[in-house]
Amino acid sequence: MGGMTVIVKTITRLIAGFIFLYGVYIVLHGHLTPGGGFAGGVIIAAAFILLILSFGTLEMKERVSYAFGSLLESIGGLMFILVAAFGLLLGSYFFLNFIPKGTPLRLVSAGIIPLANIAIGIKVGAGLFSIFLALGASKYIMKE
Amino acid sequence: MVELYLLLIAMLGAAVVAIEIKDLLAAAVSMGIVGFSVAIMFILVQAPDLAIVQIVVEVLTVVYFAAVILRTTHIDSTIGVKPQYLPTIVYFVFGTLFLIIALYALRDLPRFGFPIMKVASFYINNGLTQTGAANVVASIILDYRGYDTLGEAVVLFTSVLGVLTIMRRLGKKE
Repeated sequence: MGGMTVIVKTITRLIAGFIFLYGVYIVLHGHLTPGGGFAGGVIIAAAFILLILSFGTLEMKERVSYAFGSLLESIGGLMFILVAAFGLLLGSYFFLNFIPKGTPLRLVSAGIIPLANIAIGIKVGAGLFSIFLALGASKYIMKE
Repeated sequence: MVELYLLLIAMLGAAVVAIEIKDLLAAAVSMGIVGFSVAIMFILVQAPDLAIVQIVVEVLTVVYFAAVILRTTHIDSTIGVKPQYLPTIVYFVFGTLFLIIALYALRDLPRFGFPIMKVASFYINNGLTQTGAANVVASIILDYRGYDTLGEAVVLFTSVLGVLTIMRRLGKKE
């Protein structure tokens, strides 16, 4: 409920946004640089976990983010399957790369790979955050 | 390739022991032998990353099983019970069917573990032109091996589902 000391809170306030942005960068550039949906999703989840750990939450707020997290996780999974199944709808095979490839090394290239990365990023980030809330935070808050 | 077959024989023996032995702790250890043999096999066919994952999973599984067995009972109560014939027959029929179909389906595959790194060099040489992704890892996990990634996503989804189902306390009105 109370969170940590004012030092941790100040540093977190400065850093959390950058961590989140870095995670988004890793997800969006998954087809160009090392990283991708899984790594970026973990970094995004880490930003939120840092916020929760340092500031603490009210139980009501946590319940909302809990439901939101599991909702986002399901949306990410569905998005990934839809991206894959669209190739099937076009009369070809599952995981068909149906978008034009574009020039390599540009941000918009490689067809469906960035879309799939975004879907996996949402899914992994929301999933890990939900696991963290369920395993750690809720018990911590129930005690107080 | 001899070492692969030796490992396979050891795994078969350990698997039979794990099913048939009466002491559950010994069964868990035999199961660990199977898992570690798989890890060694991954190293032999030059997949060290998979070997590391396999070792971690196997250690966790054996420790978990041992902890549960030490707290409950050592004796496998299912051994010595009158065998049920219908499940065994169904198992053998479908097992044989699966083996025959697999034999036909996998006929054209290269021999197990040989030549090493053939598929990998294909991905490295053709990944950029075929998928347009500069990161070869992305082109493999999201294009060539998309089904694997779908499976991984399902594993993650299932684990989240399990954790939320078991650990959920906020929904209860206490």
